[in-house]
Amino acid sequence: MKLNVFGSALALTLGLAGPAFADIKIGASVSETGPASSLGDPEAKTLKLLVDEINAAGGVLGQKLKLFLYDDGGDPNKARTFATRLVEDDGVIAIVGGSTTGTTMSIISVVENAKIPFISLAGAIEIIDPVKPFVFKTPHTDRMACRKIFEDMKAKGFSKIALISGSDGFGASMRKQCLQVIGEFGITVLAEETYGPNDADMTPQLTNIRSKGEVQAILNPGFGQGPAIVTRNYGQLGIKTPLYQSHGVASKSFIDLAGPASEGVRLPGTAVLVASLLPANDPQKAVVAAYTTAYQAKFNQPASTFGGYAHDGLRLLVDAIKRAGKADPKAIRDAIEGTKGFVGVTGTFNMAATDHLGLDLSAFRMLEIKRGDWALVQ
Amino acid sequence: MAELLQYLLSGVTVGAVYALVALGFTLIYNASDVVNFAQGEFVMLGGMISFFAWQAGIPLPLAAILAIIATASVGVLLNKLAIEPARGAPVASLIIITIGASIFLRGGAQLVFDKQLHRFPSFSGDDPIRILGATILPQSLWVIAGAVAIFLSLWLFFAHTLTGKAVLATANNRIAASLVGINPNHMMTLSFAVSAAIGALAGVLVTPITLTSYDLGVAIALKGFAAAMLGGMGIPAGALAGGLLLGLIEAFTAGYVSSVYKDAVAFVVILAVLFAMPQGLFGRKAMDRV
Repeated sequence: MKLNVFGSALALTLGLAGPAFADIKIGASVSETGPASSLGDPEAKTLKLLVDEINAAGGVLGQKLKLFLYDDGGDPNKARTFATRLVEDDGVIAIVGGSTTGTTMSIISVVENAKIPFISLAGAIEIIDPVKPFVFKTPHTDRMACRKIFEDMKAKGFSKIALISGSDGFGASMRKQCLQVIGEFGITVLAEETYGPNDADMTPQLTNIRSKGEVQAILNPGFGQGPAIVTRNYGQLGIKTPLYQSHGVASKSFIDLAGPASEGVRLPGTAVLVASLLPANDPQKAVVAAYTTAYQAKFNQPASTFGGYAHDGLRLLVDAIKRAGKADPKAIRDAIEGTKGFVGVTGTFNMAATDHLGLDLSAFRMLEIKRGDWALVQ
Repeated sequence: MAELLQYLLSGVTVGAVYALVALGFTLIYNASDVVNFAQGEFVMLGGMISFFAWQAGIPLPLAAILAIIATASVGVLLNKLAIEPARGAPVASLIIITIGASIFLRGGAQLVFDKQLHRFPSFSGDDPIRILGATILPQSLWVIAGAVAIFLSLWLFFAHTLTGKAVLATANNRIAASLVGINPNHMMTLSFAVSAAIGALAGVLVTPITLTSYDLGVAIALKGFAAAMLGGMGIPAGALAGGLLLGLIEAFTAGYVSSVYKDAVAFVVILAVLFAMPQGLFGRKAMDRV
């Protein structure tokens, strides 16, 4: 008996946590509450839903998954504390989470030291560029969203645009990424405006953009209520120039909040939003339909892009554990890096030693709002 | 010309929102010298309760009245459970209690309601009213009318009713007020109930423009507080003028200078005003009679 206790204590200290006789322990720290709760809330729900689903189907490698889920409230300090707790106390073999770039960055410092694979659910390109051995992510980068939007603008023959961006972290970061790649598409910015994340009226900024006659399209990188208010003001002023929004507002609630003015707005989104519109031969059709139906049935609300990131994060991890054949952090890391042709709801992942995201532009669908719902742009 | 007018209308729209929130600070401050940092949460509760009642099938006007009554009850509870037991504590402690209350109410709203953004329809539709090439939404007129109505009621209350004077007397000297037959606890309860109701009314009026969510309170209270300081804390006319001025400065800076410096310019103006006139634009110097 004494020896047993000593044995497991030793196993814990060595970070092995007895894979042969225990559950497979997976950790997660997401922002279920706080300013990023619109991201973290569906992520947490998705993780719980999938773990139950996988365990009901017999688990992984004949063992049950055990999820250690913490709510960091969007606070990077708490995220670091929880990551340390997951690694040192709970003895997890991998972490999924980090709803925001800030919380992800503080988790990275912990997992890189502990050599535990970590799949982030945040947007910034800095997470995987430069490549860190144990860090992966599932959401596309803002730069890819910019490229997708500019591709569409170029196809429509727009070369002079106006930019109105939120001054919050998401808006500022996407604005920067867009300005870095805009030159590749021969598009120039004629007018630039910003607004605060809690502003109630953006008509002065839009009036200034309207007074620049040659502007052919308006792009609004933003997150939260800002883009909804920009769209409403755009309708109020009767502006006819096409409006592009970002993937930051790719959810059904944006259409409700922005109202009729959102008609004709274009934005890059994932397949999750348009599950029912995907053609039958679309490779993502089956996996997207399964996820969105299960989510809607369990939580009585539509699945979101953000929940989709968590879905892909956990599924990628489970797929890697199966291929690794053992619940060992190093083997799992190698297996994640070796992922090829993995179809998730966000896109098809092809990881490599130099690419810890593994998505290309085809993962994004160009969507247009028509009659109060999403429509695929062909 | 159309541009100038659009900036003006935008400034008035935003300014009226700030003024409505700023007016909510007036009553509690006058009764107790306490700046109630939970005022933004009253605004949030007004919007959130209306939305969820409306979504449950209650007609919007009824939902709004329900929200105002419910929020006023929250105001009374806040006074009874948190402020009254700490009676006799210095003003700074009471202010810190209101900060705690604000965190509590935000957390509560997150659990009771949800974490999503919400909006209910504007009262008179969304077709903009056109004036010489500029536009304003009918809802903005509702907000302006609401701000003016609350301003007039508060002014009448403090200047022409016995109860209003009793509230001011309580703030001035609690012991002397009780000696002439005023019950200070009743005055505090009254001021919390009415302040919460004003906040809730503000929430009902501004939600179609600003949208609402459980964490709306912090940002909106900050701007409302700045407006109240600019105009003169505790003075209804100051709250109205401070709110409108702040909104206009923001809109004209965004229009003519740069939207990047919108908030910075607004706060520089506030600092400059407070430097020259520490009591705010409408404030009088505090005098103690010996």
